[in-house]
Amino acid sequence: MFLIKRLINFLTVTFGVLLLTFLLIHLVPGDPVEVMLGESASSADRATLRAELGLDQPLLQQFGTYLSKLAHGDLGHSIHTKTSIAELVHTRYPATLKLALLSLVIGLAIGIPLGIFSALKAGRWQDILVTIVSVRLAAMPAFWLGPVLMLVFAVWLGWLPVSGMETNTSIILPAVTLGFGLSAILTRMTRTSLLEVLNDDYIRTARAKGLSERVVILRHAMRAALLPIITIVGLQMGSLLAGAVITETIFSWDGIGRLLVESIEKRDYPVTQACVLVVALSYVVVNLCTDLLYKLADPRVRVT
Amino acid sequence: MKLFSYVILGLWVLAVIAGYVFGLEPNLIDLNVVLQGPGVQHWFGTDDLGRDILARVLGGVEMSLLVAVVVTVITMVIGILVGMLAGFFGGRVDSLLMQVTDIFLAFPGILLAIAFAAVLGPGLGNLILALCLTGWVSYARLTRGQTMSLRNRQHVQAAASLGAGTVRLLFRHILPLMTSVLVVEAAYSLASVMIAEASLSFLGLGIQAPHASWGAMLRDGVRFMLVAPHYVLIVGGCLMSLILAINLGGDYLRDRLDVRRDIP
Repeated sequence: MFLIKRLINFLTVTFGVLLLTFLLIHLVPGDPVEVMLGESASSADRATLRAELGLDQPLLQQFGTYLSKLAHGDLGHSIHTKTSIAELVHTRYPATLKLALLSLVIGLAIGIPLGIFSALKAGRWQDILVTIVSVRLAAMPAFWLGPVLMLVFAVWLGWLPVSGMETNTSIILPAVTLGFGLSAILTRMTRTSLLEVLNDDYIRTARAKGLSERVVILRHAMRAALLPIITIVGLQMGSLLAGAVITETIFSWDGIGRLLVESIEKRDYPVTQACVLVVALSYVVVNLCTDLLYKLADPRVRVT
Repeated sequence: MKLFSYVILGLWVLAVIAGYVFGLEPNLIDLNVVLQGPGVQHWFGTDDLGRDILARVLGGVEMSLLVAVVVTVITMVIGILVGMLAGFFGGRVDSLLMQVTDIFLAFPGILLAIAFAAVLGPGLGNLILALCLTGWVSYARLTRGQTMSLRNRQHVQAAASLGAGTVRLLFRHILPLMTSVLVVEAAYSLASVMIAEASLSFLGLGIQAPHASWGAMLRDGVRFMLVAPHYVLIVGGCLMSLILAINLGGDYLRDRLDVRRDIP
């Protein structure tokens, strides 16, 4: 029952996302064709582009064409470079995925141990320090953290490349920038959910059995405490994907976020539309997966 | 921490007033002092056109707060109306409205605001419009939940049985009980709207030159980072201090008004 409900929700949301991104181009004040081509374009050029984008057809028909093209994997063509957008997305998307995944790993690697530490020291100064730092780190936007990291590690210390993606180490600074905010949130979530579990009876039983504290925490407590973290990770993938837009711009990382910003600067609306769609759909799919994973991972949910 | 928050907010208020008293000119170009570091003449140094960074930071804070307050008020009104309708009537109205909010929530973070700002074009009005179009959703969710739990309270049912109309029930008997939750939410959203505004301006989608805006200044700061690192550090530091102070103020309100709110 849950599965069916969740799938229906997934389908309606996907449809809504498609509709909203489709309508984006119609929000352009005035004539989108004129905005894209500039005032100097000839009327023949305008008519061609209008026909190519299907803007001369009724709205409903346009949406139908848009959907059927999408179903065939056709995202249209860039106005400026004339290349197929599907190809552009195909070359740029892996870079963003790589960045997001590494940020996720960094976030998990910092957040979970720090959260466990904080929970074990609950109420003491170490815990208070970690909490204050992590609460505030989460509010640190990428366009501030990014440049600071860049200044310190690339310009002053010269350990890492400033920007671009030529070398293997280029990914480190953007990934840390993105991962930091995530680690802050994970620290707090781990702390809270571990503290909730630590008072449970089965933990007392485990301790009474004479198990080492290490086994009690890692095997018994963390197993239950990790569940809410799955949901948080799924939700936070969204801010990773959105944060990638800014981080990729700062570090000249050629991912989908930078493609989006470039297309906005060139008023290449079909590309803008496609980037927004791809990122939003990734997020919808990630959320569906985490929801399903959560149900699978939690035996209590499976029974009920 | 409370004191810290007051001190920062107080400093900002003093600084903005001082800016007016001494007549700082954020748009005054002086090409003799391009990208100078902090000094006696220019406390925060100068930018790539020799403009005083302190003056521009103070100009930027006004613009940033203006946008934050306007967006917060508008999104709150829309969100409250949608949320109360959904929560009070339930059923079809509720599922339709929540379907719409689900769709808006499917766009991660500020992506939708970026998309709206991109197609609407740059400028203050469009910036506010883009942030409003995406910002109402969280209020709608919050208000819906609150309304659903409040509408079955005895005082509401008593008022209903005395013949109070829907509008009266919503605005006289339900809304006042939500104010503390909404005030806390508004405090936090001031900070997040400021970050969103700075992000959009950073991408060149927000407030346009020559008006000072923190996002645009950060963008320039990154551009000239190799020659003038003070630029990006100072502007970013200012933004962080203000966000921190507002968030701490939100924490204080939350504790004071005894609102249960999970830190997102």
